[in-house]
Amino acid sequence: MYIDPHIHMVSRTTDDYQRMALAGCVAITEPAFWPGYDRSSPEGFQDYFRQLTDFEPKRAAQYGIRHHTWLCINPKEAEDPVFAREVIALIPQFLDCPSVLGIGEIGLNKNSRNEMEILEAHLELAASRDLMVLVHTPHLEDKLKGTRLIMDAIKNQAKLDPSRVLIDHVEEHTVGIVLERGFWAGMTLYPDTKCTPQRAVDIFEMHGTERLWMNSAGDWGQSDPLAVPKAQLEMRARGHDEAAVRKVSFENPLAFLSQSGRFKVS
Amino acid sequence: MAHAPTPLSKRALIDRSYLEHRAKVLDLASFLDRIDRASGEGADDFRMLAFESCCALLIDGQPNRAQRILELLSDHSTEPIARAGTKGATGAVPPSSGGAR
Repeated sequence: MYIDPHIHMVSRTTDDYQRMALAGCVAITEPAFWPGYDRSSPEGFQDYFRQLTDFEPKRAAQYGIRHHTWLCINPKEAEDPVFAREVIALIPQFLDCPSVLGIGEIGLNKNSRNEMEILEAHLELAASRDLMVLVHTPHLEDKLKGTRLIMDAIKNQAKLDPSRVLIDHVEEHTVGIVLERGFWAGMTLYPDTKCTPQRAVDIFEMHGTERLWMNSAGDWGQSDPLAVPKAQLEMRARGHDEAAVRKVSFENPLAFLSQSGRFKVS
Repeated sequence: MAHAPTPLSKRALIDRSYLEHRAKVLDLASFLDRIDRASGEGADDFRMLAFESCCALLIDGQPNRAQRILELLSDHSTEPIARAGTKGATGAVPPSSGGAR
């Protein structure tokens, strides 16, 4: 049994839901993200948020998987602050939907000033509504710098409790600084650009299993919706017991997400 | 499982994963050979210079190689950039960015 706490099912087929259910997935959370192209109007996000809050939970339920979501404008579309603020203004009308857990995945992509402005606007919304936050950290060479900038921005919002913020896509050079500052940390299992299942298990062995989870972040790019069960296999092959496997792939995401008061497993 | 080293012994880990990583070493070698055989510019590409530095870290005998390689490939500047000119990342720090260590 496992939870995939970060996966973009709008980009996946219904067959993937079936395969995930067969592999033991009982619940997922889906952050709002960039579809591979910039949307031409804020109304495009209105439709996207409807898809996340209405259509996708029904599709998942057909396979016994509970679907939850996080809403935002992803940092990859945040370079135009006027456009981004129009999208942020749409979010409150969806916050009462029972499957909405909070704001995410917000953060930085290229660590620009405009991205910082929109990150701060999202954080203000989360703080004003006492919402949980799921954070995207930048890719590759931009990750270390972006992770530091993001953590500083969150710390500037006194109302945001780090224990209700998860900073995702950590790797060996960022996991320590995230955990030291009291945040939860997520490891994304990607074939090339983030952690492999083997490296994720290495990180558990080096940093322990408190406030740490793993996810597939499966989307329209190279990614694997079965990455979490593959990491479970890696743990078992290395001799870790079932209690450890269950903690990192079920109990930890359950503990973090349950703080929302809305997260449920089937 | 707080800070639990792998339950497998060194020998068991090698037995389990040697062939997988032998293949990866050959992939690296053949990648470098392929670039050597190719024509045109690129031998001094900043990504390949960073790649060579990463290879040196692999055999320096010191621990935390993965973390140190990721740090070597990271932008170490501290201020936001004026504007995002692209959405993508290259995997190493362009010399023009001023963020290389």
